[in-house]
Amino acid sequence: MGSDTIFPLSAWEPPVNLNWCLTPITVLRRDLLLTLRRPAELMTTLFFFIIVVSLFPLGIGPQPELLREIAPGVLWVAALLASLLALPRLFAADHADGTLEQLALAPQPLSLIVFAKLVAHWLTTGLPLTLLAPLIALQFDLPASTIWVLVVSLALGTPILGAIGAVGAALTLGLRGGGVLTAVLVLPLYIPALIFGAGAVEATLGGLDAEGHLSLLAALTVFTLTFAPWAAAAAVRISLD
Amino acid sequence: MLEVSALAAARGDRVLFASLDFSVPAGGLLQVTGRNGTGKTTLLRVLARLARPEAGVARWKGTLVDELGDEYFADLCYLGHAPAIKDDLTARENLAISAGIAGVTVDAAAIDAALAEVGLIGREMLPGRVLSQGQRRRVALAQLYLGSRKLWLLDEPLAALDTEAADAFIARLGQHLHGGGVAVVATHHAIEPAAPATLHQLRLGSAR
Repeated sequence: MGSDTIFPLSAWEPPVNLNWCLTPITVLRRDLLLTLRRPAELMTTLFFFIIVVSLFPLGIGPQPELLREIAPGVLWVAALLASLLALPRLFAADHADGTLEQLALAPQPLSLIVFAKLVAHWLTTGLPLTLLAPLIALQFDLPASTIWVLVVSLALGTPILGAIGAVGAALTLGLRGGGVLTAVLVLPLYIPALIFGAGAVEATLGGLDAEGHLSLLAALTVFTLTFAPWAAAAAVRISLD
Repeated sequence: MLEVSALAAARGDRVLFASLDFSVPAGGLLQVTGRNGTGKTTLLRVLARLARPEAGVARWKGTLVDELGDEYFADLCYLGHAPAIKDDLTARENLAISAGIAGVTVDAAAIDAALAEVGLIGREMLPGRVLSQGQRRRVALAQLYLGSRKLWLLDEPLAALDTEAADAFIARLGQHLHGGGVAVVATHHAIEPAAPATLHQLRLGSAR
């Protein structure tokens, strides 16, 4: 019961007059509440991100030119790996305790419920990563304008990582060694987001306009968020069968 | 209300059941029995549309279940082996969330009433991780009492329950049937609720 006194939502009770008939809202609130009750999982992801990024300046030493050059790639790859680390959180626990079956039986489209889970997942993974990025980017001696582009590119890109990852995580539900398999399935699909995201930061660094890269990244985000929930929902149904 | 015709299901190469026909009218209870591995759970999962049948169709209120879609799910409450209880949430939160997921609108009083009915009042603020198997099962059963879902598909609902709780559940099942509900229950225990409209027994795997 120790956790009940620590977190602000501990007094959370089923809101009496809120619209509970909306399954996705319930799922969104529940996922956020679960993360607050068990913050260690979220912290692991963030700490992983921080430490991986910090290893590079420590390993390379005080060479500002080189650090600045590799910064976009390093930050983006680290964010990508941290997202990958967080993927099992999406469905695995719900699959193990039977909640996923109940979600599949809800009188709402499963893709909508998956979308709600993705939003909750982004709020507890992508958003913290995005907010942390400018702080740890300081180690790479990046100019302010570049850091700003980095934040925008991560804000646009992390939803892609979560959404594509959800399809992979759903497909590997209940399989032994599912985590590694998810990585193998999902990492190649992350490449476009990586190219445009890191490309945007690199362009600003070279004095070019990042708008083209960011526009393409935004288009990719919209495209992924449109189709991935639907694909992930289909994958969940296949895994349950 | 629930009609099934020529239903067949297989697990891998093994046919569990084939050309299964039955119909359960309003107020009817179908008790599915059979030895382990004869397809009781699979039948329930097929009825809940969690698993695809090899052949055959199911009708609910005269319409094909596949065509009803979400309308069917709104009438359905399926309880499987796993009670879908989160360790980090209290019994009350678990129940409120189960109801929310099922699209059932409830208030705090209804939640507490349902918890009282399964004998968990006084324990409603305990997190799931400290509940015993039987208490978890009780929380799962409590969601049956929320809303007014017509079709109950229950897989071993009495597992881990003590006699008292089992009797209370059977009485509640009787009320559900009396109110025109339908229940398909897979169980090894004898279930005899007070005067259901019809009590069918379906024994799977008896051919072998």
